[in-house]
Amino acid sequence: MNLAVLLAQESGGTIAILTQTIFKSIALGAIYAITGLGFVIIFKGTQVLNFAHGAIAMAGAVFMSILVSDGGLPFLPFDNPFAPPAGETPGIGRWLVCLALALAFTALLGLVLERLCIRPMVGQSLFAMAVITLGIEIALRPFNVDAVALQARSLGIPWGNETFGLFGAILPKSFIAAIIAGVVSFAAVYIFYRSKLGIAMRAVAFDQEAAMAQGINVGRVFAIAWGFGSALAGLGAIFFGMSGWPPNGAVSGETHPVLAFRVLPVIILGGLDSVIGAVYGGLIIATFEIFAGEYLSQWNSILGSGYSTIVPYIAMLVVLIVKPYGLFGTEEIRRV
Amino acid sequence: MSFGRPLLRRSYAEDVQILPTSFQKGLLAFSGVLVTLMVFGKLGLDTPIVWFLGNTWINNVTLALIFAIAALGINILVGVTGQVSLGHAFFMGVGAYTAVSLGGEGDGIKACVPWHEEMGLLERAGDCGMGLPMWVWLPMAPLIAAAVGILVAPAAVKVRGLYLAIVTVGLVFIGLHLARMFPNYAGDYESGRKWPGLEFRLWKEDTPLIDMTEDGKWFGFITLSEEQKQFFFLLLLLLGALWLAKNLVRSRTGRALQAIRDRDVAAEVMGVPEFEYKRLGFAISSAYAGFAGALWGSYNGRLSPVDFSLTLSVEFIAILLIGGAGTVAGTMMGTMFVELIPEIVKRMTDKLSGQLGGGWLEPLANVLLTKGTPGDFGPISITTTSPGWPMSVFLWNLVIYGVLIIAFVIFEPLGLYGIWLRFRNYWKGWPFSY
Repeated sequence: MNLAVLLAQESGGTIAILTQTIFKSIALGAIYAITGLGFVIIFKGTQVLNFAHGAIAMAGAVFMSILVSDGGLPFLPFDNPFAPPAGETPGIGRWLVCLALALAFTALLGLVLERLCIRPMVGQSLFAMAVITLGIEIALRPFNVDAVALQARSLGIPWGNETFGLFGAILPKSFIAAIIAGVVSFAAVYIFYRSKLGIAMRAVAFDQEAAMAQGINVGRVFAIAWGFGSALAGLGAIFFGMSGWPPNGAVSGETHPVLAFRVLPVIILGGLDSVIGAVYGGLIIATFEIFAGEYLSQWNSILGSGYSTIVPYIAMLVVLIVKPYGLFGTEEIRRV
Repeated sequence: MSFGRPLLRRSYAEDVQILPTSFQKGLLAFSGVLVTLMVFGKLGLDTPIVWFLGNTWINNVTLALIFAIAALGINILVGVTGQVSLGHAFFMGVGAYTAVSLGGEGDGIKACVPWHEEMGLLERAGDCGMGLPMWVWLPMAPLIAAAVGILVAPAAVKVRGLYLAIVTVGLVFIGLHLARMFPNYAGDYESGRKWPGLEFRLWKEDTPLIDMTEDGKWFGFITLSEEQKQFFFLLLLLLGALWLAKNLVRSRTGRALQAIRDRDVAAEVMGVPEFEYKRLGFAISSAYAGFAGALWGSYNGRLSPVDFSLTLSVEFIAILLIGGAGTVAGTMMGTMFVELIPEIVKRMTDKLSGQLGGGWLEPLANVLLTKGTPGDFGPISITTTSPGWPMSVFLWNLVIYGVLIIAFVIFEPLGLYGIWLRFRNYWKGWPFSY
């Protein structure tokens, strides 16, 4: 008999619960990291703290649900031309093509928003830029919530709610999918930062004027930062909607709009402008959140239901008092 | 006083006076006389004041008065001290729940202990409410809110700029969870609980000394409807708050706060203790928020914790930017604009839907409105308020609101106050260009 199974039986499921909790933490951490990477890329590239990240992310999930499910088009009076035949879940190949298309649409949305609202403000105060993104968030959110209306729209996950066993724990396949997506997007960002364009972006982040003097097209860097960041946001939201936690394979009007606000502690912990920080931050915050949710649940009546969702904010407050610029963030030097 | 030379200032006191021109002083005196005449019914009308503002607009304007008080608070923190805070909703909530705990109906002081049911103090979970009169809960709300503001300040002062904005976002979410944790204060998470009415009692006697929830006479001779009583009471409070805010900005404290906003290092070099003044800014702003929160709960009668979510904080940032950050007059204009726009949009939609059957706006109404029948395509739904396309007027208001924020920041960073300044300066020099 397998040692692991033996262990699981011996300890009355303790190991099974622990395995499940660890996997759940890593999966949620990966999703936080993906969304946080989008935040960081936009902040690093354009010095904008993007409060509209949540709205853009949810728009990505809505695009995906339009592409893969037969729920009809939300805002237009005719039928959905992309929809698969009724009652059929798309195969993995078709699903991945849809995913790429949805991310392309999200990137396009990011580009349009950047062009319309951010470009006119280049050189203005950070506060003004942040407030503009707040305005975008408010203006976009009703459309998002309306697109999914009262019921959550399916994301047509090919592997659905299927699970597999490990150490006696029952784990959804979506956990593995989320972890793979996290690794892939981190690799993409890593490679991007070593490409010519990525170096240009880092130069712009360092000093816009100096970069411009070196012949870097700052406008294009801005556009790429927003496009890339938005696509990552959409990816995070799509994988957030998978099984394992409330939306269960759908994009919902309740949990999705707050996703980006749950990611704020992640990027604060990692540092607003640190790529690796977003990954560490995501994993640490998700671990806190999931472990607190699992192992403090006997005090549910005292802590209040859903207490685990505010664990990240408390962690964020503590981090900010101890290390105001996060674990990996660049400390601001105050010149007099 | 310098007649004919409005820009001639001969002393600092003249430079900072609240009403610098004789025109403004005259205007104030005139409106004072008008209100007095209205009160005593000497304007030749049968029922004095009752015609004033009608009966539908007055609710929106009264709500705007309450929000104006809170907006003054955020102006002191964001506009004057330069600390970007998205936590105003949290402090409004603190004030509101202080008010309802002290003044609301409930099961007495034992129910105010957290987890009283688990500790066995009460048989069942009760509501915290002591039923105290207004003169207790109304002053306590800003005091408790300010105390909480002072508690939060050390964490908030440590971080600056956008980091502070994020911390205060966290504060709002923590506040919402606290409301879920302590239903004895917040009531049911969805439906909320009942606030004490705007009534002045000496203690817990049955008939209030001054009531504001029934039509009738005040002090025996001023005939007022319920809405007007609340309007005048809140207007009085707003004037007091305005006077305090205006005086704060032009005092030593106000100048210190502005020095920190403009350059914190320079301010410290000049001997302005940064930490103390930032904390003071937080405390004052929270006090205004708490005061407004208590009044809002009392005026509305029933609020739920969801009402104190991040959207409310953003609303105040919108007010500040649309009005013009840093100026008291701009804050007032911004509040009126932001608070009255939903009602204006609603009325315009009602007007349009009246034209559906036939009228000179019928084509426009057909394009914009939909009754939800198949084949009827338009972005605004007039039959349903639930989410789903076409969107209801309520949701369109949010969109309008977001677009307004963006438009104002891009095109008119000084807000409505900036527009007013340009308008005034144009006519001041007219027909010359300057």
